Amino acid sequence: MDDIFGIPAPLLFGQLLLGLINGAFYAMLSLGLAVIFGLLNIINFTHGAQFMMGAFVAWMLLSLGTAPSGRIGLVLLLWPLAVLLLDWALGKLRLAQPVRIGAAALFSVAWIGSAFMEGGGPLSAALGALFPQGLSYWWALIIGPIVVGATGILLERLMISQLYKLDHLYGLLLTFGVGLILEGVFRNEFGSSGLPYRIPTELSGAWDLGFMFMPVYRGWVVIAALVLCLATWLLIEKTRLGAYLRAATENASLVQAFGVNVPRMVTLTYGFGVALAAIGGVLAAPIYSVNPQMGTNLIIVVFAVVVIGGMGSILGAILTGFGLGIVEGLTKVFWPEASATVIFVIMAIVLLTRPAGLFGRA
Amino acid sequence: MTIARRHLLAAGAATAALGGLPAGSRAQANTIRIGVMTDMSGPYRDTTGPGSVVLSQQAVQDFGNRGFQVEVISADHQNKPDVGANLARQWFDQGVDVIVDVPTSSVGLAVNQIAREKNKVHLNSGAATSDLTGAQCSPNTVHWTYDTYMLAKSTGVAVVKAGGDSWFFITADYAFGHALERDTGNFVKAQGGKVLGTARYPFPATTDFSAFLLQAQASRAKVLGLANASTDTVNCIKGAREFGLHRSMKLAALLMGIVDIKALGLEAGQGLLLTETFYWDLNDRTRALTKRVQAKNQDRPPAMVPAGCYGAVLHYLKAVADMGVAAAKASGLEAVNRMKAMPCDDDAFGPGHIRTDGRKIHPAYLFEVKKPSDSRNPWDLYKVVATTPGEEAFRPLSEGGCPLVRS
Repeated sequence: MDDIFGIPAPLLFGQLLLGLINGAFYAMLSLGLAVIFGLLNIINFTHGAQFMMGAFVAWMLLSLGTAPSGRIGLVLLLWPLAVLLLDWALGKLRLAQPVRIGAAALFSVAWIGSAFMEGGGPLSAALGALFPQGLSYWWALIIGPIVVGATGILLERLMISQLYKLDHLYGLLLTFGVGLILEGVFRNEFGSSGLPYRIPTELSGAWDLGFMFMPVYRGWVVIAALVLCLATWLLIEKTRLGAYLRAATENASLVQAFGVNVPRMVTLTYGFGVALAAIGGVLAAPIYSVNPQMGTNLIIVVFAVVVIGGMGSILGAILTGFGLGIVEGLTKVFWPEASATVIFVIMAIVLLTRPAGLFGRA
Repeated sequence: MTIARRHLLAAGAATAALGGLPAGSRAQANTIRIGVMTDMSGPYRDTTGPGSVVLSQQAVQDFGNRGFQVEVISADHQNKPDVGANLARQWFDQGVDVIVDVPTSSVGLAVNQIAREKNKVHLNSGAATSDLTGAQCSPNTVHWTYDTYMLAKSTGVAVVKAGGDSWFFITADYAFGHALERDTGNFVKAQGGKVLGTARYPFPATTDFSAFLLQAQASRAKVLGLANASTDTVNCIKGAREFGLHRSMKLAALLMGIVDIKALGLEAGQGLLLTETFYWDLNDRTRALTKRVQAKNQDRPPAMVPAGCYGAVLHYLKAVADMGVAAAKASGLEAVNRMKAMPCDDDAFGPGHIRTDGRKIHPAYLFEVKKPSDSRNPWDLYKVVATTPGEEAFRPLSEGGCPLVRS
């Protein structure tokens, strides 16, 4: 086969494909960021930590029967979901606000306290006894985003919502700090070197494409990312709910005047963005080492992707994510040393020529 | 602006570390102060970090009370040479006598300069670069545990001898990766092998290695040499399995330890060849040390670099006892000279000695990672394939280019 710029064509095709796969991760993560920024005007710097939590939930679920530390971690991570469900149930019973807060507080103390009991407490023991084999990757794909999304909802309710009246900068600092704390806690509990997670048997193996070996799992990641991106785009651009969301971005008080519960919508949107990060984490668990730093390296690139695509632009985030994955992949062939820098060079050029980003509205 | 902020950060870290000392004790002339500078928050935390602190404290405990006090403090250098350099200056100015560990070669080399300038002691366990006892050697430094030359020789020669005579390197693009790639490449060539290519990736900003793995595959080399460490190595090996590289290529992980194998899992790691100078299950003495320390060390056996901190601190304290606290505190150079003059012996590394260039000499072991079915307990990971005696394992004194040797 012919050479292209001195690189054998098959190698180049392979690299393009790999770029697309990495782009899938960028697109998925920047999509969540763009959704959150679009509606909340918050630059969610916790996103990397939430991506990491998704991967950890996958590991915890798989090793329920074998790793006591993972079980305890899962009990703690399930706490936000449990509190939210309790509060929702009490709300249905039309109990007074102070009663609900009191009940939630008592419940939280009992739940979290149980995890610190000798040997992990009854909840952890129950998880271990119910699922001695652990829960598979497919369960993690469903449970991961729900659990991590619930932590996001609680974070939004308790902390981020206090900052909407202030400058963007405060939200950025808060989420950045929360991200650092989460990473630190995970590092202390699970170490920095990472945890093993195997590719599910259904998706292991590889196709021989002639010009390269294509692992089945990587193909699955691209398809899953495309489906997620498309579904999110359709949800926001083509449905009634999406129309409310977009309207609330433009003028929240007017939308509220029409009887839409805007604060709840904002909360759920944040939870949705966080859930997208968590799905990314679950998808990443089998191919990258599951460790507390896994989000940090990725998230810096993803922020650049969001800036290049235009802050808050959904389509921009998706297209730029895939596009920059390919650009980065090609740089890895021609000048590997610069592969981490190239995205920021592009970001600088885009900011100078189109400050609102490629797809942003100024 | 950025520089000023970094200074502040480093100063803050140092103050936090020293803040715990009672003010009165700083004036005590009869106290040896040991600063463990290590990676507490980055990728090398599990292979160095808290383990290095625990094993340094164990050395102090095993040394016992011989008429002087020993204090151990610790801080995080965040794998940044500027943070490490600032911290070292601050520590030395505030009465720290010896800095221990300093993983990450770029930080180790920075601290190396400062210890010499201030005439203090630098006992390096965690950094890999063989330059510490080569072109950049210092009379104030002992490089205890391992170096790139030793790793390259032990693993590189074994793999070439087994038929792997053409190599492709995936290299972390900084001092350590370059040194490891260069040293291994030299052995491969000396044995009649060839280096067909290298891909140097940005460290620590790279998470996905598949592009480099594909280049390695396309090079048709027989061996994939991984000149990197920790999470990066684990991600490379995971990726290599995924892309089917292990069918056509042998993998040679040039720096890997038990913690990394644990993270990779025996399933994916079985059969890998790697070199270390310490393994907890080597002999009765290493097992005895492990027994003493395991409960304090997050219930894990010690890894190689922390074990090196143990050996280095213990030997340093013996030298201090031999020459007197006042003399040891007055001149780091004299303390290191005394360490070189005395034969070493400890539970982790057994008998050995320190050369003129600061290189600690002890055997190197080539290990093979066990099959899951052969592993009898959670930390039963290796079997010994070959042992290289200390004199052959490390770079000959005459070849390092260390100015101390010529004078």
